[in-house]
Amino acid sequence: MNRLMVWLPLGVFAILVGFFFKGLTLDPREQPSALIGQPVPAFELTDLNTGQLLSREMLPKEPFLLNVWASWCITCQVEHPYLTKLSEQMPVVGLNYKDTETAAKNWLQKLGDPYAMQIFDPSGRLGLDLGVAGAPETFLVDSSGVIHLRIQGEVNDRVFTQKIQPMLEMIQ
Amino acid sequence: MIKTILVAFALAASMSVHAAIETYQFDSPEQEARFRQLGYELRCPKCQNQAIGDSDAEISGDLRAEVYRMLKEGATDAEIKDFMVARYGRYVLYSPPLDKQTLVLWFSPVGLFVLGGILVVLRIRQSKKALEEGESQA
Repeated sequence: MNRLMVWLPLGVFAILVGFFFKGLTLDPREQPSALIGQPVPAFELTDLNTGQLLSREMLPKEPFLLNVWASWCITCQVEHPYLTKLSEQMPVVGLNYKDTETAAKNWLQKLGDPYAMQIFDPSGRLGLDLGVAGAPETFLVDSSGVIHLRIQGEVNDRVFTQKIQPMLEMIQ
Repeated sequence: MIKTILVAFALAASMSVHAAIETYQFDSPEQEARFRQLGYELRCPKCQNQAIGDSDAEISGDLRAEVYRMLKEGATDAEIKDFMVARYGRYVLYSPPLDKQTLVLWFSPVGLFVLGGILVVLRIRQSKKALEEGESQA
């Protein structure tokens, strides 16, 4: 009994170290999305470029990325070249979030427009239904419109190979 | 004269401060109280540890507006919370509901307390026994 008691503090210490060690590699800003496994919420919004009315049924019928961005968002500019490159590989649908038409159009003109379609959501209504907390956020959606992954923050080569690609292979 | 100018400046300054504060009109004091309570119970999804009623983040403002809209439409507190959880996950609730996933969260403090109590009792018994043995030897 007493022998055991001597080792107890060390045991407790080891368990704590285990928890803290795990904590080191967790990003507290990363939250699980409530919409994983759910279809993209229904919406009726216009296309920023064409003015055409868009709905959920008009989304691509193959796996695609839904990228939430805005002209006021700095990180969106940072990830834009990478998304442009990705758009050669799979459709990237834009969700222009809480922006103004002129600012968004200027931004696309300056930096290029790789988007397959551009959902214009100035009120942020669709963003709210998607559980968007800020821009940029990117969702991986499958051919039937179900969300499989949410990336908060910049999409880059590391995020693509570690997160998007494995999930993409699973849903293809 | 200088006093008048100072007062005018003070007034102007206070007015600009007021302009930055959101104004919501409520139907009743109860509704306003519920708005405040929900603002205190819902967590800002962008912040690390702040309630939406206490946060300047853009998203918190949007969620407050949403809470207000739903209150005005006559939604119950539970409906409003469900709405937020459906979009932002259980992270938005400061007080998570009791179910399988949160069992450990809810009961581990009690469990640890009981465990500590058992250890203390064992320890006391042990030292009592040792004391008695010591007395009987003397």
